[in-house]
Amino acid sequence: MHDQTVAQLARALRDKQFSSLELTEHLLRRIGQLDGQLNSFITVTDEQALDAARRADEALASGRAGPLTGVPIAHKDIFCTRGVRTSCGSRMLDNFVPPYDATVVRQLSDAGTVSLGKTNMDEFAMGSSNENSYYGPVKNPWNAALVPGGSSGGSAAAVAAGLVPAATGTDTGGSIRQPAAFCGITGLKPTYGRVSRLGMVAYASSLDQGGPMARSAEDCALLLNAMAGHDPADSTSTRRDVPDYCADLERPLDGLRIGLPKEYFGEGLNAATGECIQAALKELESQGATLVEVELPNSQLTIPTYYIIAPAEASTNLSRYDGVRYGHRCADPQDLHDLYTRTREEGFGDEVKRRILVGTYALSAGYYDAYYKKAQQARRLIRDDFLACFESVDIIAGPTTPGPAFGIGEKTADPVAMYLEDVYTLAVNLAGLPGMSVPAGFVDGKPVGLQLIGQHFDEGRLLNVAHRFQQVTDWHNRTPELAGGTA
Amino acid sequence: MSDTPSSSPCVDREEIEKIAELARIRIAADQSDEVASRITRILGMFDTLQAADTEGVAPMANPLDATQALRPDTVTEGNRRDDFQAIAPAVENGLYLVPKVIE
Repeated sequence: MHDQTVAQLARALRDKQFSSLELTEHLLRRIGQLDGQLNSFITVTDEQALDAARRADEALASGRAGPLTGVPIAHKDIFCTRGVRTSCGSRMLDNFVPPYDATVVRQLSDAGTVSLGKTNMDEFAMGSSNENSYYGPVKNPWNAALVPGGSSGGSAAAVAAGLVPAATGTDTGGSIRQPAAFCGITGLKPTYGRVSRLGMVAYASSLDQGGPMARSAEDCALLLNAMAGHDPADSTSTRRDVPDYCADLERPLDGLRIGLPKEYFGEGLNAATGECIQAALKELESQGATLVEVELPNSQLTIPTYYIIAPAEASTNLSRYDGVRYGHRCADPQDLHDLYTRTREEGFGDEVKRRILVGTYALSAGYYDAYYKKAQQARRLIRDDFLACFESVDIIAGPTTPGPAFGIGEKTADPVAMYLEDVYTLAVNLAGLPGMSVPAGFVDGKPVGLQLIGQHFDEGRLLNVAHRFQQVTDWHNRTPELAGGTA
Repeated sequence: MSDTPSSSPCVDREEIEKIAELARIRIAADQSDEVASRITRILGMFDTLQAADTEGVAPMANPLDATQALRPDTVTEGNRRDDFQAIAPAVENGLYLVPKVIE
Protein backbone atom coordinates (compact mmCIF):
# COMPACT_ATOMS: atom_id res chain seq x y z
CA MET A 1 0.00 0.00 0.00
CA HIS A 2 2.78 2.43 0.90
CA ASP A 3 4.22 2.36 -2.63
CA GLN A 4 1.03 3.78 -4.14
CA THR A 5 0.27 7.35 -5.10
CA VAL A 6 -2.55 9.42 -3.64
CA ALA A 7 -4.54 8.90 -6.85
CA GLN A 8 -4.07 5.11 -6.67
CA LEU A 9 -4.91 4.95 -2.97
CA ALA A 10 -8.05 7.07 -3.38
CA ARG A 11 -9.24 4.75 -6.16
CA ALA A 12 -8.47 1.62 -4.12
CA LEU A 13 -10.36 3.06 -1.14
CA ARG A 14 -13.41 3.81 -3.29
CA ASP A 15 -13.17 0.30 -4.81
CA LYS A 16 -13.07 -1.16 -1.27
CA GLN A 17 -9.75 -2.96 -1.88
CA PHE A 18 -8.86 -1.93 1.68
CA SER A 19 -10.26 0.49 4.21
CA SER A 20 -8.82 3.82 5.30
CA LEU A 21 -8.40 2.29 8.76
CA GLU A 22 -6.30 -0.58 7.36
CA LEU A 23 -4.22 1.85 5.33
CA THR A 24 -3.77 4.21 8.28
CA GLU A 25 -2.78 1.37 10.62
CA HIS A 26 -0.27 0.11 8.05
CA LEU A 27 1.38 3.51 7.68
CA LEU A 28 1.43 4.18 11.44
CA ARG A 29 3.17 0.83 11.84
CA ARG A 30 5.72 1.79 9.20
CA ILE A 31 6.36 5.10 10.94
CA GLY A 32 6.93 3.21 14.20
CA GLN A 33 9.32 0.79 12.51
CA LEU A 34 11.24 3.14 10.25
CA ASP A 35 11.14 6.70 11.48
CA GLY A 36 13.76 6.06 14.13
CA GLN A 37 16.22 6.00 11.20
CA LEU A 38 14.87 9.17 9.60
CA ASN A 39 13.45 11.48 12.31
CA SER A 40 10.95 12.84 9.79
CA PHE A 41 8.10 13.25 12.28
CA ILE A 42 8.08 15.52 15.34
CA THR A 43 4.65 14.34 16.49
CA VAL A 44 2.66 11.28 15.39
CA THR A 45 -1.06 11.59 16.14
CA ASP A 46 -2.08 7.91 16.19
CA GLU A 47 -5.41 8.26 17.93
CA GLN A 48 -6.68 11.25 15.98
CA ALA A 49 -5.57 9.49 12.77
CA LEU A 50 -7.47 6.30 13.58
CA ASP A 51 -10.59 8.33 14.44
CA ALA A 52 -10.35 10.27 11.19
CA ALA A 53 -9.83 7.03 9.25
CA ARG A 54 -13.00 5.55 10.79
CA ARG A 55 -14.96 8.67 9.82
CA ALA A 56 -13.52 8.44 6.30
CA ASP A 57 -14.58 4.79 6.05
CA GLU A 58 -18.12 5.80 7.02
CA ALA A 59 -18.13 8.43 4.29
CA LEU A 60 -16.76 5.91 1.79
CA ALA A 61 -19.41 3.37 2.78
CA SER A 62 -22.25 5.86 2.44
CA GLY A 63 -21.13 7.22 -0.93
CA ARG A 64 -20.21 10.68 0.43
CA ALA A 65 -16.55 10.29 -0.45
CA GLY A 66 -14.57 12.94 -2.31
CA PRO A 67 -11.38 12.50 -4.32
CA LEU A 68 -9.19 12.53 -1.18
CA THR A 69 -11.44 10.80 1.35
CA GLY A 70 -9.51 8.41 3.56
CA VAL A 71 -6.08 9.29 2.13
CA PRO A 72 -3.40 9.69 4.82
CA ILE A 73 -1.26 12.82 4.78
CA ALA A 74 1.07 14.65 7.17
CA HIS A 75 1.45 18.33 7.92
CA LYS A 76 4.68 20.23 8.20
CA ASP A 77 4.89 21.31 11.83
CA ILE A 78 4.52 24.95 10.77
CA PHE A 79 0.75 24.56 10.23
CA CYS A 80 -1.33 25.15 13.35
CA THR A 81 -3.36 22.11 14.40
CA ARG A 82 -6.04 22.54 17.02
CA GLY A 83 -5.17 20.54 20.12
CA VAL A 84 -1.93 19.17 18.61
CA ARG A 85 1.46 20.70 19.48
CA THR A 86 2.77 22.92 16.67
CA SER A 87 6.47 23.47 17.33
CA CYS A 88 7.73 24.99 14.07
CA GLY A 89 10.92 23.05 14.82
CA SER A 90 11.72 25.44 17.66
CA ARG A 91 12.22 25.24 21.39
CA MET A 92 10.26 28.50 21.46
CA LEU A 93 7.07 26.64 20.49
CA ASP A 94 7.89 23.24 22.02
CA ASN A 95 4.90 23.66 24.36
CA PHE A 96 2.57 25.47 21.92
CA VAL A 97 -0.80 23.79 21.37
CA PRO A 98 -2.83 26.02 19.06
CA PRO A 99 -6.50 26.63 19.81
CA TYR A 100 -7.30 26.65 16.08
CA ASP A 101 -6.51 24.95 12.77
CA ALA A 102 -4.63 26.57 9.90
CA THR A 103 -6.93 27.08 6.92
CA VAL A 104 -4.91 24.52 4.93
CA VAL A 105 -5.33 21.97 7.73
CA ARG A 106 -9.08 22.59 7.86
CA GLN A 107 -9.43 22.37 4.05
CA LEU A 108 -7.58 19.05 3.87
CA SER A 109 -9.51 17.70 6.83
CA ASP A 110 -12.81 18.79 5.23
CA ALA A 111 -11.68 16.95 2.08
CA GLY A 112 -11.55 13.75 4.15
CA THR A 113 -7.80 13.28 4.43
CA VAL A 114 -6.39 11.56 7.51
CA SER A 115 -3.48 13.39 9.16
CA LEU A 116 -0.88 11.04 10.65
CA GLY A 117 1.04 13.81 12.39
CA LYS A 118 3.45 16.72 12.12
CA THR A 119 6.70 16.59 10.20
CA ASN A 120 10.16 17.83 11.13
CA MET A 121 11.54 21.05 9.68
CA ASP A 122 14.25 23.67 10.02
CA GLU A 123 13.41 25.99 12.90
CA PHE A 124 10.85 28.60 11.75
CA ALA A 125 11.47 27.31 8.19
CA MET A 126 14.93 28.90 8.15
CA GLY A 127 17.32 26.45 6.56
CA SER A 128 18.16 24.34 3.53
CA SER A 129 19.18 21.08 5.22
CA ASN A 130 16.81 20.40 8.14
CA GLU A 131 19.85 20.62 10.43
CA ASN A 132 18.37 23.64 12.22
CA SER A 133 15.57 21.73 13.95
CA TYR A 134 15.32 21.73 17.75
CA TYR A 135 14.24 18.09 17.32
CA GLY A 136 17.40 17.00 15.53
CA PRO A 137 18.28 16.59 11.86
CA VAL A 138 16.24 14.51 9.40
CA LYS A 139 18.12 11.84 7.40
CA ASN A 140 17.73 11.47 3.66
CA PRO A 141 15.97 8.11 2.99
CA TRP A 142 18.25 7.53 -0.02
CA ASN A 143 21.37 7.76 2.14
CA ALA A 144 21.31 8.43 5.87
CA ALA A 145 24.58 10.37 5.72
CA LEU A 146 22.92 13.02 3.54
CA VAL A 147 20.57 15.87 4.39
CA PRO A 148 16.98 15.67 3.04
CA GLY A 149 17.04 19.38 2.20
CA GLY A 150 15.00 22.00 3.98
CA SER A 151 13.11 23.54 5.37
CA SER A 152 10.31 21.00 4.61
CA GLY A 153 12.80 18.13 5.04
CA GLY A 154 10.58 15.98 7.24
CA SER A 155 7.69 16.09 4.76
CA ALA A 156 10.00 15.22 1.85
CA ALA A 157 11.73 12.36 3.68
CA ALA A 158 8.44 10.90 4.96
CA VAL A 159 6.93 10.83 1.45
CA ALA A 160 10.09 9.44 -0.15
CA ALA A 161 10.31 6.69 2.48
CA GLY A 162 6.70 5.62 1.96
CA LEU A 163 5.63 6.63 5.46
CA VAL A 164 2.86 8.80 4.03
CA PRO A 165 1.78 9.34 0.40
CA ALA A 166 1.67 13.15 0.61
CA ALA A 167 2.44 16.00 2.96
CA THR A 168 2.09 19.73 3.18
CA GLY A 169 5.12 21.98 2.97
CA THR A 170 5.88 25.67 2.86
CA ASP A 171 8.27 27.49 0.58
CA THR A 172 9.78 30.90 1.34
CA GLY A 173 12.95 30.51 -0.75
CA GLY A 174 12.83 26.92 -1.99
CA SER A 175 11.68 25.01 1.10
CA ILE A 176 9.26 22.76 -0.84
CA ARG A 177 11.25 22.42 -4.09
CA GLN A 178 14.76 21.83 -2.72
CA PRO A 179 13.85 18.99 -0.31
CA ALA A 180 11.58 17.51 -3.00
CA ALA A 181 14.61 17.46 -5.32
CA PHE A 182 16.95 16.00 -2.68
CA CYS A 183 14.48 13.22 -1.77
CA GLY A 184 13.25 12.38 -5.28
CA ILE A 185 9.62 13.48 -4.90
CA THR A 186 7.36 16.05 -6.59
CA GLY A 187 6.67 19.38 -4.89
CA LEU A 188 4.77 22.50 -5.89
CA LYS A 189 5.07 26.02 -4.55
CA PRO A 190 1.97 27.86 -5.75
CA THR A 191 1.74 31.50 -6.76
CA TYR A 192 1.99 33.89 -3.81
CA GLY A 193 -1.56 34.30 -2.48
CA ARG A 194 -2.98 31.11 -4.05
CA VAL A 195 -3.03 29.20 -0.74
CA SER A 196 -4.09 30.76 2.57
CA ARG A 197 -1.35 31.60 5.06
CA LEU A 198 -3.72 31.72 8.06
CA GLY A 199 -2.34 29.50 10.78
CA MET A 200 0.93 28.95 8.94
CA VAL A 201 3.58 30.27 11.33
CA ALA A 202 5.02 33.36 9.63
CA TYR A 203 8.64 33.61 8.52
CA ALA A 204 8.72 36.17 5.67
CA SER A 205 5.17 37.15 4.92
CA SER A 206 5.65 38.53 1.39
CA LEU A 207 7.39 35.29 0.31
CA ASP A 208 5.79 32.45 2.34
CA GLN A 209 3.50 30.06 0.49
CA GLY A 210 2.16 26.62 1.39
CA GLY A 211 1.91 23.79 -1.10
CA PRO A 212 1.73 20.03 -1.67
CA MET A 213 4.55 17.45 -1.67
CA ALA A 214 3.84 13.99 -3.06
CA ARG A 215 5.15 11.34 -5.44
CA SER A 216 3.52 12.60 -8.62
CA ALA A 217 2.24 15.74 -10.29
CA GLU A 218 -1.24 14.22 -10.38
CA ASP A 219 -1.12 13.88 -6.58
CA CYS A 220 0.00 17.48 -6.22
CA ALA A 221 -2.95 18.53 -8.41
CA LEU A 222 -5.39 16.57 -6.23
CA LEU A 223 -4.02 18.22 -3.09
CA LEU A 224 -3.85 21.70 -4.56
CA ASN A 225 -7.52 21.40 -5.53
CA ALA A 226 -8.27 21.15 -1.82
CA MET A 227 -5.72 23.72 -0.61
CA ALA A 228 -6.16 26.63 -3.04
CA GLY A 229 -8.71 29.39 -2.68
CA HIS A 230 -9.52 32.74 -1.13
CA ASP A 231 -9.52 32.99 2.64
CA PRO A 232 -11.22 36.05 4.13
CA ALA A 233 -8.90 35.64 7.13
CA ASP A 234 -5.74 36.10 5.00
CA SER A 235 -5.83 39.51 3.38
CA THR A 236 -3.06 38.55 0.95
CA SER A 237 -4.91 35.50 -0.39
CA THR A 238 -6.24 36.01 -3.90
CA ARG A 239 -9.90 36.15 -4.88
CA ARG A 240 -9.22 34.50 -8.24
CA ASP A 241 -11.29 31.42 -9.03
CA VAL A 242 -9.63 28.05 -8.45
CA PRO A 243 -9.51 25.94 -11.61
CA ASP A 244 -9.68 22.14 -11.47
CA TYR A 245 -5.96 21.38 -11.47
CA CYS A 246 -6.61 17.81 -12.63
CA ALA A 247 -8.54 18.90 -15.73
CA ASP A 248 -5.57 19.69 -18.00
CA LEU A 249 -3.05 17.11 -16.83
CA GLU A 250 -3.19 15.14 -20.08
CA ARG A 251 -2.96 18.14 -22.41
CA PRO A 252 -0.34 17.46 -25.14
CA LEU A 253 2.84 19.54 -25.04
CA ASP A 254 2.80 20.39 -28.75
CA GLY A 255 3.77 24.00 -29.23
CA LEU A 256 4.81 24.52 -25.60
CA ARG A 257 7.67 27.02 -25.42
CA ILE A 258 10.11 26.31 -22.58
CA GLY A 259 12.58 29.02 -21.63
CA LEU A 260 16.00 27.96 -20.37
CA PRO A 261 17.68 30.79 -18.43
CA LYS A 262 21.34 30.74 -19.38
CA GLU A 263 22.17 31.88 -15.83
CA TYR A 264 20.78 28.55 -14.52
CA PHE A 265 23.07 26.41 -16.66
CA GLY A 266 26.40 28.12 -16.13
CA GLU A 267 29.18 28.00 -13.60
CA GLY A 268 28.16 26.48 -10.28
CA LEU A 269 25.93 23.76 -11.73
CA ASN A 270 27.18 20.25 -10.97
CA ALA A 271 27.99 18.63 -14.34
CA ALA A 272 26.18 15.34 -13.71
CA THR A 273 23.11 17.20 -12.43
CA GLY A 274 23.20 19.31 -15.58
CA GLU A 275 23.22 16.14 -17.71
CA CYS A 276 20.09 14.83 -15.97
CA ILE A 277 18.36 18.16 -16.60
CA GLN A 278 19.38 18.15 -20.28
CA ALA A 279 18.03 14.62 -20.67
CA ALA A 280 14.73 15.65 -19.08
CA LEU A 281 14.48 18.66 -21.39
CA LYS A 282 15.11 16.42 -24.41
CA GLU A 283 12.22 14.26 -23.27
CA LEU A 284 9.93 17.29 -23.16
CA GLU A 285 11.23 18.33 -26.56
CA SER A 286 10.39 14.91 -27.98
CA GLN A 287 6.81 15.45 -26.78
CA GLY A 288 6.53 18.58 -28.92
CA ALA A 289 7.92 21.35 -26.72
CA THR A 290 10.34 23.94 -28.07
CA LEU A 291 13.39 24.90 -26.03
CA VAL A 292 14.36 28.57 -26.10
CA GLU A 293 17.32 30.21 -24.38
CA VAL A 294 16.26 33.16 -22.23
CA GLU A 295 18.05 35.60 -19.94
CA LEU A 296 17.46 36.69 -16.36
CA PRO A 297 20.06 39.47 -16.31
CA ASN A 298 19.53 40.43 -12.67
CA SER A 299 20.08 36.88 -11.38
CA GLN A 300 23.25 37.86 -9.54
CA LEU A 301 21.12 40.10 -7.29
CA THR A 302 18.88 37.26 -6.13
CA ILE A 303 20.83 35.96 -3.13
CA PRO A 304 21.62 39.32 -1.51
CA THR A 305 18.08 40.59 -2.19
CA TYR A 306 16.49 37.52 -0.60
CA TYR A 307 18.83 37.52 2.37
CA ILE A 308 17.88 41.10 3.17
CA ILE A 309 14.12 40.91 2.58
CA ALA A 310 13.50 37.55 4.26
CA PRO A 311 15.48 38.32 7.45
CA ALA A 312 13.97 41.82 7.61
CA GLU A 313 10.46 40.37 7.54
CA ALA A 314 11.49 37.61 9.92
CA SER A 315 12.88 40.09 12.44
CA THR A 316 9.49 41.80 12.67
CA ASN A 317 7.39 38.60 12.50
CA LEU A 318 9.41 36.89 15.21
CA SER A 319 9.17 39.85 17.57
CA ARG A 320 5.87 38.28 18.72
CA TYR A 321 7.77 35.63 20.71
CA ASP A 322 8.08 37.49 23.97
CA GLY A 323 7.35 34.86 26.63
CA VAL A 324 4.06 36.55 27.54
CA ARG A 325 1.19 35.05 25.56
CA TYR A 326 2.31 31.57 24.49
CA GLY A 327 5.42 29.51 23.92
CA HIS A 328 8.64 29.41 25.91
CA ARG A 329 9.18 31.74 28.88
CA CYS A 330 12.47 31.91 30.78
CA ALA A 331 12.50 30.98 34.45
CA ASP A 332 12.40 33.71 37.14
CA PRO A 333 12.52 36.85 34.96
CA GLN A 334 13.96 39.78 36.92
CA ASP A 335 12.13 42.44 34.93
CA LEU A 336 10.33 42.82 31.61
CA HIS A 337 13.56 43.35 29.67
CA ASP A 338 15.10 40.25 31.20
CA LEU A 339 11.91 38.29 30.35
CA TYR A 340 12.15 39.27 26.68
CA THR A 341 15.88 38.92 26.14
CA ARG A 342 16.41 35.67 28.03
CA THR A 343 13.24 34.03 26.66
CA ARG A 344 14.48 34.78 23.14
CA GLU A 345 18.06 33.75 23.88
CA GLU A 346 16.84 30.37 25.16
CA GLY A 347 13.97 29.83 22.72
CA PHE A 348 15.66 30.55 19.39
CA GLY A 349 18.44 28.52 17.74
CA ASP A 350 21.58 30.01 16.18
CA GLU A 351 20.37 30.42 12.57
CA VAL A 352 17.10 32.04 13.65
CA LYS A 353 19.04 34.46 15.85
CA ARG A 354 21.39 35.28 12.97
CA ARG A 355 18.52 36.07 10.62
CA ILE A 356 16.76 38.21 13.23
CA LEU A 357 20.01 40.13 13.80
CA VAL A 358 20.66 40.60 10.06
CA GLY A 359 17.07 41.74 9.57
CA THR A 360 17.22 44.11 12.51
CA TYR A 361 20.45 45.56 11.13
CA ALA A 362 18.96 46.00 7.63
CA LEU A 363 15.93 47.80 9.03
CA SER A 364 17.76 49.97 11.55
CA ALA A 365 18.17 53.71 11.28
CA GLY A 366 20.93 54.67 8.86
CA TYR A 367 20.84 51.38 6.96
CA TYR A 368 17.21 51.13 5.85
CA ASP A 369 17.70 52.85 2.47
CA ALA A 370 20.99 51.14 1.71
CA TYR A 371 19.73 47.66 2.46
CA TYR A 372 15.99 47.17 2.75
CA LYS A 373 14.83 49.75 0.23
CA LYS A 374 17.60 48.78 -2.19
CA ALA A 375 16.56 45.11 -1.89
CA GLN A 376 12.92 45.98 -2.59
CA GLN A 377 14.00 47.86 -5.72
CA ALA A 378 16.14 44.90 -6.83
CA ARG A 379 13.18 42.63 -6.16
CA ARG A 380 11.20 44.49 -8.81
CA LEU A 381 14.06 44.13 -11.31
CA ILE A 382 14.20 40.39 -10.61
CA ARG A 383 10.45 39.95 -11.06
CA ASP A 384 10.41 42.05 -14.23
CA ASP A 385 13.11 39.81 -15.75
CA PHE A 386 10.72 36.86 -15.42
CA LEU A 387 7.76 38.82 -16.80
CA ALA A 388 9.89 39.78 -19.82
CA CYS A 389 10.78 36.10 -20.42
CA PHE A 390 7.13 35.10 -20.25
CA GLU A 391 6.42 37.35 -23.25
CA SER A 392 8.17 34.76 -25.40
CA VAL A 393 7.90 31.47 -23.47
CA ASP A 394 5.12 29.61 -21.60
CA ILE A 395 7.18 28.16 -18.78
CA ILE A 396 10.81 28.28 -17.62
CA ALA A 397 12.84 25.18 -16.78
CA GLY A 398 16.18 24.41 -15.17
CA PRO A 399 17.72 22.59 -12.23
CA THR A 400 16.09 22.92 -8.79
CA THR A 401 19.46 22.84 -7.04
CA PRO A 402 23.11 23.26 -8.09
CA GLY A 403 23.86 19.64 -7.14
CA PRO A 404 22.40 16.64 -5.34
CA ALA A 405 21.98 16.31 -1.55
CA PHE A 406 25.09 17.15 0.48
CA GLY A 407 26.34 15.48 3.65
CA ILE A 408 24.97 16.15 7.12
CA GLY A 409 27.37 18.62 8.76
CA GLU A 410 29.04 19.52 5.46
CA LYS A 411 27.83 23.13 5.26
CA THR A 412 26.92 24.03 8.83
CA ALA A 413 30.13 25.94 9.54
CA ASP A 414 29.50 28.59 6.89
CA PRO A 415 26.04 30.18 6.64
CA VAL A 416 26.85 31.70 3.25
CA ALA A 417 27.80 28.31 1.71
CA MET A 418 24.39 27.06 2.84
CA TYR A 419 22.62 30.11 1.35
CA LEU A 420 24.20 29.44 -2.06
CA GLU A 421 22.32 26.13 -2.21
CA ASP A 422 19.13 28.12 -2.91
CA VAL A 423 20.49 30.02 -5.89
CA TYR A 424 17.91 28.69 -8.40
CA THR A 425 14.85 28.72 -6.14
CA LEU A 426 14.92 32.08 -4.33
CA ALA A 427 14.01 34.28 -7.29
CA VAL A 428 10.72 32.42 -7.78
CA ASN A 429 9.59 33.55 -4.32
CA LEU A 430 10.82 37.11 -4.84
CA ALA A 431 8.76 37.20 -8.06
CA GLY A 432 5.76 35.43 -6.47
CA LEU A 433 5.66 32.82 -9.26
CA PRO A 434 4.60 29.17 -9.02
CA GLY A 435 7.45 26.65 -9.13
CA MET A 436 7.76 22.88 -9.07
CA SER A 437 10.44 20.30 -8.57
CA VAL A 438 10.03 17.06 -10.51
CA PRO A 439 12.24 13.95 -10.14
CA ALA A 440 14.57 13.81 -13.16
CA GLY A 441 17.24 11.20 -12.48
CA PHE A 442 20.03 10.28 -10.12
CA VAL A 443 23.66 11.22 -9.60
CA ASP A 444 25.58 8.53 -7.68
CA GLY A 445 22.31 7.25 -6.23
CA LYS A 446 21.19 10.74 -5.20
CA PRO A 447 17.98 12.18 -6.70
CA VAL A 448 18.01 15.20 -9.05
CA GLY A 449 15.12 17.66 -9.42
CA LEU A 450 13.97 19.45 -12.56
CA GLN A 451 12.55 22.87 -11.72
CA LEU A 452 9.59 24.21 -13.68
CA ILE A 453 8.61 27.86 -13.20
CA GLY A 454 5.28 29.22 -14.39
CA GLN A 455 3.52 32.51 -14.89
CA HIS A 456 1.46 33.88 -12.00
CA PHE A 457 -1.52 31.57 -11.34
CA ASP A 458 -0.46 29.11 -14.08
CA GLU A 459 -0.01 26.15 -11.70
CA GLY A 460 -2.18 24.09 -14.06
CA ARG A 461 0.39 24.35 -16.83
CA LEU A 462 3.25 23.28 -14.57
CA LEU A 463 1.27 20.28 -13.33
CA ASN A 464 0.39 19.42 -16.93
CA VAL A 465 4.04 19.48 -18.07
CA ALA A 466 5.20 17.53 -15.01
CA HIS A 467 2.43 14.95 -15.47
CA ARG A 468 3.25 14.41 -19.16
CA PHE A 469 6.90 13.99 -18.19
CA GLN A 470 5.93 11.44 -15.54
CA GLN A 471 3.89 9.46 -18.08
CA VAL A 472 7.10 8.58 -19.93
CA THR A 473 9.64 8.51 -17.08
CA ASP A 474 9.69 6.53 -13.86
CA TRP A 475 12.06 8.61 -11.69
CA HIS A 476 9.14 9.61 -9.44
CA ASN A 477 8.24 5.94 -8.88
CA ARG A 478 11.70 4.94 -7.62
CA THR A 479 11.76 4.27 -3.90
CA PRO A 480 14.70 3.99 -1.51
CA GLU A 481 15.33 0.73 0.31
CA LEU A 482 14.95 1.00 4.06
CA ALA A 483 15.82 -1.79 6.42
CA GLY A 484 13.12 -3.19 8.66
CA GLY A 485 9.81 -2.14 7.10
CA THR A 486 6.90 -4.55 6.63
CA ALA A 487 5.74 -4.95 3.07
CA MET B 1 22.08 58.82 6.95
CA SER B 2 24.49 56.84 4.86
CA ASP B 3 22.84 56.07 1.56
CA THR B 4 25.47 53.76 0.14
CA PRO B 5 27.97 52.22 2.53
CA SER B 6 31.23 52.30 0.60
CA SER B 7 32.43 48.73 1.14
CA SER B 8 31.58 45.53 3.01
CA PRO B 9 30.31 46.49 6.42
CA CYS B 10 32.22 44.96 9.26
CA VAL B 11 30.20 44.65 12.42
CA ASP B 12 32.22 44.49 15.57
CA ARG B 13 31.33 43.14 18.95
CA GLU B 14 29.96 46.49 20.11
CA GLU B 15 27.67 46.85 17.11
CA ILE B 16 26.37 43.27 17.47
CA GLU B 17 25.49 44.01 21.06
CA LYS B 18 23.60 47.13 19.95
CA ILE B 19 21.64 45.17 17.30
CA ALA B 20 20.96 42.34 19.73
CA GLU B 21 19.57 44.87 22.18
CA LEU B 22 17.25 46.27 19.47
CA ALA B 23 16.12 42.70 18.70
CA ARG B 24 15.74 41.89 22.42
CA ILE B 25 17.98 38.83 22.17
CA ARG B 26 20.59 38.30 24.87
CA ILE B 27 23.91 37.09 23.50
CA ALA B 28 26.33 35.58 25.97
CA ALA B 29 29.54 37.61 26.25
CA ASP B 30 31.72 34.70 25.14
CA GLN B 31 29.68 34.33 21.94
CA SER B 32 29.47 37.87 20.62
CA ASP B 33 32.75 37.71 18.68
CA GLU B 34 31.70 34.59 16.81
CA VAL B 35 28.23 35.98 16.10
CA ALA B 36 29.84 39.21 14.86
CA SER B 37 32.15 37.36 12.48
CA ARG B 38 29.31 35.26 11.02
CA ILE B 39 27.07 38.30 10.58
CA THR B 40 29.95 40.14 8.92
CA ARG B 41 30.31 37.23 6.48
CA ILE B 42 26.58 37.42 5.65
CA LEU B 43 26.66 41.20 5.18
CA GLY B 44 29.60 40.69 2.81
CA MET B 45 27.20 39.05 0.35
CA PHE B 46 25.38 42.34 -0.05
CA ASP B 47 28.20 44.01 -2.06
CA THR B 48 26.75 42.93 -5.42
CA LEU B 49 23.49 44.54 -4.47
CA GLN B 50 25.12 47.82 -3.48
CA ALA B 51 26.67 47.98 -6.95
CA ALA B 52 23.36 47.46 -8.76
CA ASP B 53 21.74 50.39 -10.56
CA THR B 54 18.27 50.80 -9.06
CA GLU B 55 17.89 54.49 -9.84
CA GLY B 56 14.21 55.34 -10.26
CA VAL B 57 12.97 51.78 -9.58
CA ALA B 58 9.94 51.70 -7.30
CA PRO B 59 10.43 49.44 -4.25
CA MET B 60 8.27 46.30 -4.47
CA ALA B 61 6.64 44.97 -1.29
CA ASN B 62 4.22 42.51 -2.90
CA PRO B 63 5.15 40.40 -5.94
CA LEU B 64 1.71 40.96 -7.48
CA ASP B 65 1.78 44.68 -6.60
CA ALA B 66 -1.38 44.00 -4.61
CA THR B 67 -2.58 46.54 -2.09
CA GLN B 68 -4.22 45.88 1.25
CA ALA B 69 -7.71 44.42 0.86
CA LEU B 70 -10.37 46.18 2.91
CA ARG B 71 -13.54 44.77 4.45
CA PRO B 72 -16.48 46.25 6.36
CA ASP B 73 -15.58 47.11 9.95
CA THR B 74 -17.79 44.49 11.56
CA VAL B 75 -17.10 41.82 14.16
CA THR B 76 -16.71 38.40 12.53
CA GLU B 77 -15.05 36.39 15.28
CA GLY B 78 -16.38 35.27 18.64
CA ASN B 79 -14.50 36.03 21.85
CA ARG B 80 -12.21 33.08 22.65
CA ARG B 81 -10.12 34.75 25.34
CA ASP B 82 -10.19 31.72 27.63
CA ASP B 83 -8.90 29.41 24.87
CA PHE B 84 -6.06 31.77 24.10
CA GLN B 85 -5.15 32.40 27.71
CA ALA B 86 -5.16 28.68 28.49
CA ILE B 87 -1.86 28.39 26.59
CA ALA B 88 -0.19 31.43 28.17
CA PRO B 89 2.73 30.93 30.58
CA ALA B 90 1.14 33.06 33.33
CA VAL B 91 -2.35 34.58 33.61
CA GLU B 92 -4.55 35.74 36.45
CA ASN B 93 -8.18 36.87 36.32
CA GLY B 94 -8.05 37.12 32.53
CA LEU B 95 -4.84 39.17 32.53
CA TYR B 96 -1.38 38.21 31.28
CA LEU B 97 1.22 38.38 34.02
CA VAL B 98 4.64 39.97 33.47
CA PRO B 99 7.29 41.15 35.95
CA LYS B 100 6.46 44.43 37.69
CA VAL B 101 6.87 47.37 35.25
CA ILE B 102 5.90 50.37 37.42
CA GLU B 103 7.63 50.81 40.78
